[in-house]
Amino acid sequence: MKILGLVTFLSLFVLFVVGCQSIGLKERGLQEQEVQGTHVQDDRLYRDLGGLQGIESLVDLAIEKIQNDPRVFHHFDGTNWDRFREKQIEHICVLAGGGCTYTGDTMIDVHTGMNINEAEFNAIADNIYRSMEKLDIPVGARNRLLAILARMRGEVIYR
Amino acid sequence: MTMNVSELCNVNDQTIIRLRLLLLLFISSALTLSSSFVQADGKLLGTAGASPVEGGGGGGLIPWAMLAGYATQDEWAGVAAVSHTDMTDFRMNSLSVAANYHDRVELSFGRIDFRSKAGGDVTRQNVAGLKVRLLGDLIYGDEPVVSVGVQYKSLLDTDTARASGAKDTTGTDFYVSAARVWLDGLVDRTVLLNANLRNTEANQLGLLGFGGDEGGREWLFEGAAAVYLDRYWAVGVEYREKPDNLSALREEDWAGIFVAYFPSKSVSVTAAYLNLGDVAGESNQSGMYLSTQGSF
Repeated sequence: MKILGLVTFLSLFVLFVVGCQSIGLKERGLQEQEVQGTHVQDDRLYRDLGGLQGIESLVDLAIEKIQNDPRVFHHFDGTNWDRFREKQIEHICVLAGGGCTYTGDTMIDVHTGMNINEAEFNAIADNIYRSMEKLDIPVGARNRLLAILARMRGEVIYR
Repeated sequence: MTMNVSELCNVNDQTIIRLRLLLLLFISSALTLSSSFVQADGKLLGTAGASPVEGGGGGGLIPWAMLAGYATQDEWAGVAAVSHTDMTDFRMNSLSVAANYHDRVELSFGRIDFRSKAGGDVTRQNVAGLKVRLLGDLIYGDEPVVSVGVQYKSLLDTDTARASGAKDTTGTDFYVSAARVWLDGLVDRTVLLNANLRNTEANQLGLLGFGGDEGGREWLFEGAAAVYLDRYWAVGVEYREKPDNLSALREEDWAGIFVAYFPSKSVSVTAAYLNLGDVAGESNQSGMYLSTQGSF
């Protein structure tokens, strides 16, 4: 039993190290591609989100939730919602492997000066996730989009 | 017939009263302080775990690396949990409270009651826990959560421990724990893995005392793996290696398969089927576990 335990622990430990390294690699890859405004990836997530129309519905619903979310709406004083909507749609389209071009500012530029904290980031992620639930986007697609957004947290919080 | 002061005071039950008062204190603090402190809401739903039998943040059988409750680094959280285990020949209940300060330090107090279904006295143990998150995050960044913890355990009812041949009736466990969530892990489902290394000489969590004629302190492995079916439901397994220090009473590893439900950030429910092996002289102990946790 003790040897089984040690083997299992070592396997889990290796899993952690490999898992975390691969996440790190994906993060770096994503940042490079994002700066170029293109994203080389298959369009499976884009299709699972319902294509452009699906992403538009998602962003509309998420904006509605954000505007009514007391945890975060103070960060959006003076926001041009039309532009915000347009850029969000482009951004998610790109991240999901759709054929769009993102013409907005980088995540770092957008969020510098806002001093967004962990809880506020999670609140936004939560609003996006609940919007996907409401639109019956499949669980796997929800998780995949959330995972992509999660990898950008470092560019968003505490700036 | 004269009664001495200690009988009047009944120190043992005072502790459970203190725990209840502590619980009330947490709840009333949450209500009064929530306007002046930033109170917990921050973590993503379902990522705060539950409360294991010994208290603090974790699963059902073991602590997990993340701290109890939904506090992120600018927040605090409080958690209260009760559990009931119905095994073949015994019943085990636990009550615990935990406080999480800024997702950095967790303080917990728990009480475990253990009794035979055949009647007889109850064995009660207090567990005071401290856990510190050293580094990392469950979901974000490159590093998993890594925490270290200590649990100071003291038996209130020492008869069974002494009769079993245990060396002590109080003891301290130390553990290091790492956990990570992959949001789109197995088949695009959110997956959680947790691994602990615990240094202990507690027999059956300490219920049968500490140390014995066949062993003392050793390092033992504990692990958990879970898959989130959606945000609200997770299924998983836990495994806990146990020492086997008492020649009189064989002790075996514990395993459980669980289902957890997170309807909101305020409450979660966990149900499990446990396989506990030989416990206190009775063989093949298995049964159901149910626990409820409130978070604020």
